[in-house]
Amino acid sequence: MPKVIRVNMTDLSVRIEEAPAAWAGLGGRALTSTVVAAEVPPTCHPLGPNNKLVFAPGLLSGTAAGNAGRMSAGAKSPLTGTIKESNAGGTCGRMLGRLDIKAIIIEGQPASTDAWYNIRISNEGVVVEPETETVGLNNFAVLESVARRYGEDKGVITIGSAGENLMLISNISTRDPEGKLRSFGRGGLGAVMGSKRVKFITIDQDGTRPVPLVDSAAFKAANMVFTKALKDHPVSGQGLPTYGTAVLVNILHEIGGLPTRNFTSGQCEHHDMISGEHMYDTIVARGGEPTHGCSLGCVIQCSQVYNDKDGKYLTSGFEYETIWAFGADCLIDNLDLIAECDNVMDDLGVDSIETPVMFGVAMEAGILKFGDGKEVLRLLREEIGKATPLGRVLGGGTALVGKTYGVARVPVVKGQGIPAYDPRSVKGIGVTYATTTQGADHTAGYAVATNVLNVGGKVDPLSNVGQVELSRNLQIATAAIDSTGLCLFIAFPALDIAECLPATVDMLNARFGTKLTMDDVVGLGKTVLKLEHEFNLAAGIGPEQDRLPEFFELEAIAPHNVKWDMDQKELATFWNF
Amino acid sequence: MVMRITVKLFATFRENRFKEARREYPPGTTVADVAAELEIEAGLIGMIFIHGRAAELDRVLEEGDVLALFPLLGGG
Repeated sequence: MPKVIRVNMTDLSVRIEEAPAAWAGLGGRALTSTVVAAEVPPTCHPLGPNNKLVFAPGLLSGTAAGNAGRMSAGAKSPLTGTIKESNAGGTCGRMLGRLDIKAIIIEGQPASTDAWYNIRISNEGVVVEPETETVGLNNFAVLESVARRYGEDKGVITIGSAGENLMLISNISTRDPEGKLRSFGRGGLGAVMGSKRVKFITIDQDGTRPVPLVDSAAFKAANMVFTKALKDHPVSGQGLPTYGTAVLVNILHEIGGLPTRNFTSGQCEHHDMISGEHMYDTIVARGGEPTHGCSLGCVIQCSQVYNDKDGKYLTSGFEYETIWAFGADCLIDNLDLIAECDNVMDDLGVDSIETPVMFGVAMEAGILKFGDGKEVLRLLREEIGKATPLGRVLGGGTALVGKTYGVARVPVVKGQGIPAYDPRSVKGIGVTYATTTQGADHTAGYAVATNVLNVGGKVDPLSNVGQVELSRNLQIATAAIDSTGLCLFIAFPALDIAECLPATVDMLNARFGTKLTMDDVVGLGKTVLKLEHEFNLAAGIGPEQDRLPEFFELEAIAPHNVKWDMDQKELATFWNF
Repeated sequence: MVMRITVKLFATFRENRFKEARREYPPGTTVADVAAELEIEAGLIGMIFIHGRAAELDRVLEEGDVLALFPLLGGG
């Protein structure tokens, strides 16, 4: 029977329970949000004993399904005050699937802040022990220590110094198949893990058997249709493997939706220096790997290994949002410096969207100059990394820095930094930023696909018409995909290739012996969104916070000279489903 | 009489071609004509922008237009 592991950090007890029957059809985000909504008081302090940190693999985790390496982490967010789900690739989701563990729920809080703990999960059971060796260390050193003490092949979930210091920009990191890092990036979940005094969790899959399938022939057949769709679609089959997500830099620049110099322009002069095309050429010239997977079984391989000019490893998993935020929003025109920042952020364990968006506001505040990548590195290492008073202000994120320094142009929704698409020139994504239960989050309903990329149809990005419906449909579908453990990038083929999404439903049915239909999957997405919304309302995050910052209504953005002018009443119709 | 058009190419379309070029075309030239002249298969074109706004293959170009051609791409 599927298991749920509860670790109570108040008394360091562990309970291994049979998963309730009602959770049978839930995984990933559907499960983390169900647990948080049912068990966490919405009004609790996110860093207090009543919050819970929930990890859940997806419904297909551990199977041979293509691109099924994603898992979810959930809690009440200290950054947004809302319910939060963040997800990452890496090795742990697959291992938890094989261990038949549906969720790890970390509850309570030690009374004393003197000690730290590690949690080790295996087929034999769960061990909670005091941790001393890695306290104060950052993520790469934690991975080394875990590999030396427990073996190279263990799954690892860890926080760096930023999480230990309860910073709102902190994330939770997890080991990838090659011993580098992927991140549960958004919402300050590293601080929640730090508040539980858990430094790291290891997962050991030794002694497990392949995940049982009710109908393995049907599973194989559906997986073949699914992986063929991933390979056939030009986005997942060619664009992403070659250029990675940074291929978006030139596209967003071209359409005037690349937020530049703290969201004061939609175009960036040095866009080509920070583009996916330039990155590809640089990686190839320096002997790196342009095509690389974040988890076993990945067909798309959008990650990469980026080397420095001497051919030595500089970073991997070098994403569009990170490159945009430092490259255009902070005006750093040097991809090597941005790659170094990326690596330092991975090590400290800070969100690579929140952190550079915060730096854009810090630059406007005069803490450092626009374009000064060297000073960003110093602030990361010497101030944030050492938790100095300035480091703690910066570590509080975009909204806190804006408040502290009296900046009015602060790109956040519900306290979370706005990502790499300007909502004035890509209006569909503006609806998603305003309405998602997560605070500004492009992945919650990626309207950029249909507004700009001509995937899943076409809706004019500069018009308000049709944007609420587009964002709603995408947010519902995304909440469902977020529950399967499948990579979100399967959405590109799923939006264009008719057989793709039904094949994922066929895989679920073959795995569990269920008779789910596409309508059931859509229903799951709606249920997840509604329970998240209810949590937020009970937490005091009401409809008046489903809006973009005022400056988007006041300041027109070049080159299209457009403002945000969506009627608030129309936005509120988002929840009519 | 000729029209001066700035053509920008991205991703795989740059291979053996160029990033950006100012080119001359006769009046009445469409986006499809430019693609054909550059030996870019129309079926591979995912996004067409003229002055940063979406356009179709049959769009007739005008003097001074900035035309950007992308294959189908995505990220996020």
